[in-house]
Amino acid sequence: MNGIPTSIVTMLIGIVITLISLWYGQNHGLMPVAASTEAGEVDQLFNLMMTIGTGLFLIVEGTLIVAVIRFRRKEGDETDGPHIEGNIPLEIVWTAIPAIIVLGLSVYSFEIYTEMGGLNLMEHHSSKEVQLAYASSDGDATSSYPMLAASGLGEPPTLGESADDTISIDVLGLQFAFVMTYPATGIVDGAVHVPVDKFVKLNLKAQDVIHAFWLPEFRIKQDMIPGKETSLVFKATREGTYPVVCAELCGSYHGGMRTQLIVHSPEEYDEWEQSRIVAQGPTDLSNAIAAASQKPDETDTEYLAHFRASMHLDIEPMEPMNHDAHMDLALTP
Amino acid sequence: MAQAEAIKTPDPSPSPQSLGNERKWTHFFTFSTDHKVIGIQYLVTSFVFYLIGGGLATVIRTELATPAPDFITPETYNGVLTLHGTIMLFLWIVPAGAGLANYLIPLMIGAKDMAFPRINAIAFWMIPPSGIMLVASFFFEPPQAGWTSYPPLSLSSGMLGQGIWILSILIGGTASILGALNFLVTILKMRVPSMPLLKMPLFCWAMIATSLLILISTPVLAGALILLMFDLVAGTAFFNPTGGGDPVVYQHMFWFYSHPAVYIFVLPLFGAISDVLPVHARKPIFGYRAIAYSSLVISFLGLIVWAHHMFTSGTPPWLRMFFMITTMAIAVPTGIKVFGWTATLWRGKIAYTSAMLFAIGFIAIFVIGGISGVMLAAVPFDIHVHDTYFVVAHFHYVLFGASIFGIYMALYHWFPKMTGRMLNEFWGKVHFVLTFVGMNLTFMPMHQLGLQGMNRRIALYDPQFTDLNVLATIGAYLMAVSTVPFIINAVWSWHWGEKAPTNPWRALTLEWQTLSPPAHENFEGVPEIKTGPYDYGLGYIPVKDDPEIYEEAIAAVAAHAH
Repeated sequence: MNGIPTSIVTMLIGIVITLISLWYGQNHGLMPVAASTEAGEVDQLFNLMMTIGTGLFLIVEGTLIVAVIRFRRKEGDETDGPHIEGNIPLEIVWTAIPAIIVLGLSVYSFEIYTEMGGLNLMEHHSSKEVQLAYASSDGDATSSYPMLAASGLGEPPTLGESADDTISIDVLGLQFAFVMTYPATGIVDGAVHVPVDKFVKLNLKAQDVIHAFWLPEFRIKQDMIPGKETSLVFKATREGTYPVVCAELCGSYHGGMRTQLIVHSPEEYDEWEQSRIVAQGPTDLSNAIAAASQKPDETDTEYLAHFRASMHLDIEPMEPMNHDAHMDLALTP
Repeated sequence: MAQAEAIKTPDPSPSPQSLGNERKWTHFFTFSTDHKVIGIQYLVTSFVFYLIGGGLATVIRTELATPAPDFITPETYNGVLTLHGTIMLFLWIVPAGAGLANYLIPLMIGAKDMAFPRINAIAFWMIPPSGIMLVASFFFEPPQAGWTSYPPLSLSSGMLGQGIWILSILIGGTASILGALNFLVTILKMRVPSMPLLKMPLFCWAMIATSLLILISTPVLAGALILLMFDLVAGTAFFNPTGGGDPVVYQHMFWFYSHPAVYIFVLPLFGAISDVLPVHARKPIFGYRAIAYSSLVISFLGLIVWAHHMFTSGTPPWLRMFFMITTMAIAVPTGIKVFGWTATLWRGKIAYTSAMLFAIGFIAIFVIGGISGVMLAAVPFDIHVHDTYFVVAHFHYVLFGASIFGIYMALYHWFPKMTGRMLNEFWGKVHFVLTFVGMNLTFMPMHQLGLQGMNRRIALYDPQFTDLNVLATIGAYLMAVSTVPFIINAVWSWHWGEKAPTNPWRALTLEWQTLSPPAHENFEGVPEIKTGPYDYGLGYIPVKDDPEIYEEAIAAVAAHAH
């Protein structure tokens, strides 16, 4: 057109699009703070997909805009455009490139999923008894078929011998609260307390309807299904207070079904554990559930006010809180 | 001769000469077996439900303008979101697609009507009761378990509303199955003899793929809903964990229909855009075979991707990996279509008609939905954003961006054929700009909201998300406003619009080789195929108003009278 050969122009556009995509893929700033090892891995995958996605977006939208401006119909032009029915080599290229991209993404996602411990359920789960909320385990056909029973995330393959070191927490979901039980100490709490840099395994169960346990800053989520135990394993890498969100429609106050996950330093965690054992002793789980599921004598507005107050969350390092305050969050709505 | 002269210059005043295509308004409110009447009945009925669904969306966005649940109660909110989803999918997009198929298939293949006109009428007349029941349930006890109605929540949130919801979907699903059967048989058996499959307009190819999906998957949904009904009413325990049932089985059965349903929603419009782009760009569709066959590939792959809706549910690891790969793979045939459409525009002669603007908007928006769709296929990422506003953004980009832009595109393109009147182009463009801006303003911020931690289906949210939600609400109000010029334009043009010639866009497909609107049995005799459906640029340019068609019509009316 203006003397510069088309191939050079195309190459320059290609370079610019690549650079923009590479930059935006790393600097989109769309994800919240990454507070666990899993979060870092998911973010890597997301950044790669954002890079490819940005490139594809720019190519297609750019082509559309150029075509719409450059090939607009002139006033009074009633003739047809050129008779081009297709271009087989070009069509093969634009079939092959997306095919290779999605194949690559599948392989990479598989790798990340393996690192997150997603595949480790099949081996581990068979040795553990599947606990059912209602049906007896004898009557549950799936418990003898771990291929069908296990879901969630397991221990990462790198965990290896230190598996005994994992902190195990039983989480029960009910309308509209989470109740955490620490089997090792008998502590029952409305918030999740975990030490930093240590693997934590959550055993998720639901009492009434399906809930989901989501930790946005940890990038992990798992449905809590009545009659079926699921699990999540993670390692927090950053101290602070993070929201725990129910992500499956569970009834009218679904939006208010939230609590906090507090990542302590190891010392603080020990302190918290000791204070809870001393102050309260092992709590009866059934009492806690009764307290959580009972709707108090309040109007809806008052009831919701509790949820709203608990939602002013920030992710600053946590200040030591009175344990009664934690109980307030979920156990006494 | 004087007669022919009068016809060459169409007169806006009603011609005393009968052409055999006149209709009384009462035809549209009675049981007609004419596919054109049924097509318009489908389109108008579904548009009414679109307005109801859109009103509900406005209520949702008003509630979400502030973090506190202060506009409606959380129970009402759940009812509103359930009805919004159900109405938009089952009473707007599916029937609107069926309406277009009903109107266009016989005309495009040169048939006089559908293969089974009575079944066709029955199928349509199931839609109003289904819709009225669903909307009525809102005033008794609205279903509150979302359009997915997962048990056990759907079993515990009110029997009356949920029962009506199930019955309504069962009736609508039956209508859909009957319609699909009709489309398939009509396309395969009733083409004019000179039209082989590979000379069909691409809309017909898309409807073959859509009909196969409906016939294979809808019965599974019906099965799931009947079992759910037993659990709800008779206290059985197919899905109810209290009695040992498995709620995850319902999810499998539900998504075995409802993922293919996404393609049932969008494939007819994939077909329609393939027919609109070449006309307004004056250039053949790029890669006819690739676009035709990719519909079938999408249809097949669409049947084996359902569990990607369940990556965080009770699904074992191997299953998550399998469905990730199939879901990724479906991006390939979809990409073929998008690239083919874009290449059709390249070097064409693009007219900025309202139909073309909506078509270009369709591609531009669908690309974004496609990219976020591939992201969601990746299990580790999906685990983070499942059931968040990222997913809400994604499926609105696909369903609003492709299906609804596609339906508007089709209406602007085929309105002259359907009514015999032209739509006003200026207000069409206003409609496009408002819709395009409103759509992106509403749904673009939702991507970020979801990534940052805002979950779906909530009446109250963390105040840190307020700003983006306010933006989305403003966009939603803009979209609500954007329908006003369209409604006024459509109603006004239908009565007082400029008279449409037989072929205002100078298109090559058969539906433009008859009167606007077509006479009762579409064509006089068997229409002659002069060119392939997309043979632009070969020298044959049809005239806008063919006097021969009028002469034939007048002769036919006269012959009939004797």
